[in-house]
Amino acid sequence: MDCVVTGGNVKVLAKAIHSLSRIGDELYVEPQEDGLALRSVNSSRSAYACFLFAPLFFSRYTIPIGLAFRCKMAIKSVQAVFRSIATLEKTVEKCHIELDEQKNLLTFTLHCKHGLVKTHNLSFQDSESLQAVFDKDSYSNVFRSHPRLLVDTVVHFPPSLEEVTVSVSDDRMWVKNHVEDETDRSKAMLTELCLASDEFDHFSVQVQNSVTFCLKELRGLLVFAESTGLPISMYFDEPGSPVVLSVTDSVLEGNFVLATLSDDSNLRKNNTKRACTPPPPPDDFMNDDMDSYLIAMDTSVMPGPSASRPPSPPLTNSTSLKQTAAANHRTRLPSEEEEEKEDEEEAVDSSGPPNKKFCSLFFGSVLPPSSEMTTQPLTGQEVLASDSEDDVL
Amino acid sequence: MPLSTQSQGDAEQYVLVASLDNARNLSNILKAITFKDHAIFSATPNGLKVTVEDSKCLQANAFIQSEIFQEYTIKEDSVGFQVNLTVLLDCLNIFGGSTAPGVSTALRMCYKGYGYPLTLFLEEGGVVTVCKINTQEPEELVDFEFCSTNVTNKVILQSESLKEAFSELDMTSEVLQITMSPSQPYFRLSTFGNSGNAHYDYPKDSDMMELFKCTKTQTNRYKMSLLKPSTKALALSCKVSVRTDSRGFLSLQYLVRNDDGQICFVEYYCCPDEEVAED
Repeated sequence: MDCVVTGGNVKVLAKAIHSLSRIGDELYVEPQEDGLALRSVNSSRSAYACFLFAPLFFSRYTIPIGLAFRCKMAIKSVQAVFRSIATLEKTVEKCHIELDEQKNLLTFTLHCKHGLVKTHNLSFQDSESLQAVFDKDSYSNVFRSHPRLLVDTVVHFPPSLEEVTVSVSDDRMWVKNHVEDETDRSKAMLTELCLASDEFDHFSVQVQNSVTFCLKELRGLLVFAESTGLPISMYFDEPGSPVVLSVTDSVLEGNFVLATLSDDSNLRKNNTKRACTPPPPPDDFMNDDMDSYLIAMDTSVMPGPSASRPPSPPLTNSTSLKQTAAANHRTRLPSEEEEEKEDEEEAVDSSGPPNKKFCSLFFGSVLPPSSEMTTQPLTGQEVLASDSEDDVL
Repeated sequence: MPLSTQSQGDAEQYVLVASLDNARNLSNILKAITFKDHAIFSATPNGLKVTVEDSKCLQANAFIQSEIFQEYTIKEDSVGFQVNLTVLLDCLNIFGGSTAPGVSTALRMCYKGYGYPLTLFLEEGGVVTVCKINTQEPEELVDFEFCSTNVTNKVILQSESLKEAFSELDMTSEVLQITMSPSQPYFRLSTFGNSGNAHYDYPKDSDMMELFKCTKTQTNRYKMSLLKPSTKALALSCKVSVRTDSRGFLSLQYLVRNDDGQICFVEYYCCPDEEVAED
């Protein structure tokens, strides 16, 4: 692999890497025919991000012929290469990325002003493909705006805020902080902003609903978009289905896929949907080799916080309440919060055990969509096992 | 000026009197060598030398020539004592170290001799503070025996470019390797950290390179922990000279301009970590 990035694109590449670092600790690098893919996923598999740089982004783009090359490395190491963005802009003339397959080293060479050459030889590990399958075009709600709008909205929330809830109606979008159930309502600060549809470049709502997702992981994309000035597109469906935010221009595409809290009342909807979803799991899983099943499970994108719950009668009463609540964005009934709290608790638990354990319990259920899987909201990928909660009991 | 009128009478008692209109001209340069608590002062008619050492492997010296001082009187050929550098810096900044233009602390530093404390008279805005810092017997300084005749390789670089490299150095690397050679890569800084290795190459014809005199290819490693403090001196400097001798000992000399544009020097001597085969 031999790629060269010149001029201002070096800064863009650096910013993309920095924004991926807000998602996970490892950077997955995959040179593809359609461009260089840089991906990251968080430990609980509830957030995934991918930047694809088209060959035109580079002044030279040569990828290894034959077997696809994929690797992963500590994202901190790559960040160290592009440490100071301000300096990059001023001094770096070009960045050369080369692969030394024999020594397992990926070399980043920065040619700077005054003849200074910085060479970073980074070690990497082979990895399986990391790819979330999602279809933005199938989502019911689509929005696009200048990044400034979202940045200005998000600035009202404290940096420590974990989750936000975005609710939409035909002509409005509300963004508010999601308050944990344990928090005493009288002591919590609730912030809510309302954005009108005309503030967006594109505002299309087919289903009026609310989704709650992690704000922290999104901030990385916002910083990137703001610095490049690219409009951000947001796609979401119903709660439980991930929200996708993306930035695109002629030579790059960035997608951030974040899981959302699932909504019990929509569980049945999910079930019916599942029946007609496209069947074959991605090629990764079709390998006969059991090890690669496990590895594939390891790296397949699993939605996070929206874990299933053990079906328990006392809660069924609240489902109808929840549906009314969904329509009335501002009122949050205690029962609804309780459910969501449980969702979150399970999410925390399920992200706890290392993936290895997860795999060994569930590899059998990988292939066919089973009834257990109906409780699991998808990023669009077929082959998932139900969360560990059920079986660990 | 309050300070001078005050101690006319006991001027005879002091073996060393040094005055500065702006104490920052001393405190700033001392900050460049503050990595240990105590420092050894050696005063000669030429000026003041302040030395800090670390584990007998690293030595930093700050030189403030007598011309820098508004008043510099020394009654002996050589006056030496040891003081707590941190305390001294705290005293020099006793008025808060404001950097507002026109506001500066005036300093009069006096020493009566062996066994006596170092007396500092500091004045700002009409307020005078007197500080007396206990002195100790100066410790034996290491003589690195670094002489110019033994220098194999020497380069002088503009600090700007080196500052960038030093600020990005991989701190997970235990050593900093310096390669100097009459052929490629000319002048190279290398680190070997957790994620891999990194090299910073400066070509001999770079416009950042003011002088390039390398006679032999040499690669030496120095403990990163020892060299880290030198970044403070680098930050203050506008030029730096890097020299290695036949034993692989490293000499870093920094040219520092003080607030009034006068030149002072800071130098660091470091012994190599291990012998690396020379080409």
